[in-house]
Amino acid sequence: MGELACPVPLPAGGRILLAHGGGGRMTRELVERLFVPAFRNDALAVLHDAAVLEPPGSALAFTTDSFVVHPMFFPGGDVGTLAVNGTVNDLAMSGARPLWLGLGFILEEGLAVDDLARVVASIRSAAHAAGVVVVAGDTKVVERGKGDGVYITSSGVGAVVAKRPVAPDRVRPGDAVLVSGPVGQHGVAVMAVRDGLQFSSPIPSDCASVAPPVMALLEAGLDVHCLRDPTRGGVATVLNEIATQAGCEIVVHESAVPVGEDVAGACEVLGLDPLYVACEGRFLAFVAPGEAEAALALLRARPDTAAAARVGMVAQAGTPGLVTLKTRAGGERVLDLLSGEQLPRIC
Amino acid sequence: MRYLDEYRDGTASQRYAETLRAIVTRPWTLMEVCGGQTHSIVRYGVDEMLPPGVTLVHGPGCPVCVTPVGILDRAFRIARRPGVIFTSFGDMLRVPGTCDDLLHVRAEGGDVRVVYSPLDAVAIAEREPDRQVVFFAVGFETTAPANAMAVKLAATKGLRNFSLLVAQVRVPPALEAILAEPECRVQAFLAAGHVCTVMGTAEYQPLVERHRVPVVVTGFEPVDLLQGVAMAVRQLEEGRHEVEIQYARVVRPEGNAVARRALEEVFEVTDRSWRGLGPIPRSGLGLNARYAEFDAERRFPDDAPAAREDPECRAGLVLQGRLRPQECPAFGGRCTPEHPLGAPMVSSEGACAAYWLYRRRRAVAAPAAAPADAGAKAEAAAGAAAAAGAG
Repeated sequence: MGELACPVPLPAGGRILLAHGGGGRMTRELVERLFVPAFRNDALAVLHDAAVLEPPGSALAFTTDSFVVHPMFFPGGDVGTLAVNGTVNDLAMSGARPLWLGLGFILEEGLAVDDLARVVASIRSAAHAAGVVVVAGDTKVVERGKGDGVYITSSGVGAVVAKRPVAPDRVRPGDAVLVSGPVGQHGVAVMAVRDGLQFSSPIPSDCASVAPPVMALLEAGLDVHCLRDPTRGGVATVLNEIATQAGCEIVVHESAVPVGEDVAGACEVLGLDPLYVACEGRFLAFVAPGEAEAALALLRARPDTAAAARVGMVAQAGTPGLVTLKTRAGGERVLDLLSGEQLPRIC
Repeated sequence: MRYLDEYRDGTASQRYAETLRAIVTRPWTLMEVCGGQTHSIVRYGVDEMLPPGVTLVHGPGCPVCVTPVGILDRAFRIARRPGVIFTSFGDMLRVPGTCDDLLHVRAEGGDVRVVYSPLDAVAIAEREPDRQVVFFAVGFETTAPANAMAVKLAATKGLRNFSLLVAQVRVPPALEAILAEPECRVQAFLAAGHVCTVMGTAEYQPLVERHRVPVVVTGFEPVDLLQGVAMAVRQLEEGRHEVEIQYARVVRPEGNAVARRALEEVFEVTDRSWRGLGPIPRSGLGLNARYAEFDAERRFPDDAPAAREDPECRAGLVLQGRLRPQECPAFGGRCTPEHPLGAPMVSSEGACAAYWLYRRRRAVAAPAAAPADAGAKAEAAAGAAAAAGAG
């Protein structure tokens, strides 16, 4: 363990080789010179087959997710920040304070070591910001052409702090639906770099941990019935999931949903609906009607959720599984699931 | 967002709805030509704000929907060729041909790429000189100028590896064809704003005079559509038939001279077949002799047998405003966005897609006005025929 105390950094300008995943000396070099120094903590430093952790004294939440994004780097984040925040946010959505992460890396042969180091640095700062510790990890290397730079699977464990379960089956008629900030930013940011769209100023991803505002809501004792982060498929998809799982109808007011001017403009040009575009740093909260205003005030007082808004409610009597949108123009329509991804249109 | 929010405003929408209620004295049937307008109408519930008796029927202006199966199959064969990069706007990818779509071609190894502009496809051709880059030129007069610019640019750069698979169509002949149908019950048109942005309004004058039918060039937002309906209904009530422009913030009567020049330099008017509607004389554009070398159909000749449309799909009647999507026996059963029988179910401008997406889960009221007898018979006959076919 002596050499761990003063690791020699990996040579700059190098490339990941198949041997880095072979389990031998080069694997050890990668782990000891790159991963361990970045995530330094007692559990990881043991470098045993599993991390041994003290239970926090509450129920545990456990989740896992895989992250593949092209390109690997985009304005406002990269695959590393996504891997941390995606899993941290899933834990927070269960009313849990994120504690530990395990990360599985699948690297593509030929990946620049500098790029990997950049991803690892992002993971380190995202984990720090989210108050979560990387306690376990694994690395494999696949042949060139069989991966896309870096794939990361991250698993997370959190301590449940919510006093009552936070889940779709607790959603009740009359519940207010809050959104923590402007929607659609991540999807547009990634699409812009992926497809070489040029905006006058780049639209950054909203990728961030939502654990701090969620913990604030729960610690304030507010009666939060359900939380969900609108990642793939955006707000519309998540509302449909909850309407189905909770067996209720949700009514949303289009004009109340915050959408940044730049995101709205990009979506308009591309023929996309921001309600279906992914967020990576926002959440929806279903709150008991009597406490909705207090919850909204709490969120608006925080810099990370200052643009939070009340966007709708659970209908008193309605069609289970239905999401209805009151349109800006005064009409009404179904806000349904899409059958696949949104595709930019002709004219 | 400026220039959008004010045209989606609830109060302004209500104001036009009230204006309409004040001027309408009897039932009228109007057709909105463009699929973008159809989606706006269904999405924002514009049809539900109209007074009883004023009915909107959906028109043929979805370029994706009217692209014939034969050209789609041709596109798939070209996209499957080794050495070809097949580029397209996104919403062509899900459109079914005889037994495939471009997403499947891509999954099987074809190099199919979504671009946002035909000029992006030219850039790919420049970057990859050893590959043949084909752009799927689909659309009405709206997309033709940009596609013409791409061809001109490729010619200027001397690119021998760029071509267009052309499925370009023109609006006025399609409106003529719809009016020529004996069952036609359309009494006025809301013409497509973006087409007229390029072409101006002169093309519609003969149509207006011959058929004594009002044409109002209309935009795409709820306030635009309600104002367009009000203008058309006012003409009908007053017994006038003229070309009027509602979408005046964008459309000039003379159109866009630069865009038209580009279009006319590269394309010539040709006969074309429309999916669901059949052949319509002078209803399309093709590359003219000077630019014929950029025609993908010449570059990749083949003699595959003629394609056949799915007989169960009633898209032809839907595109003529003679059948509402949800009245089609296949709607939501045999035909869904996941397993479409025809293009209107998957195109972002398709009428069937609009009803699936925005109306599917609640009962859609029957058209407010009783359709003219001939129209009702046509619909009934279509339903019976489809039911018999399905049986």
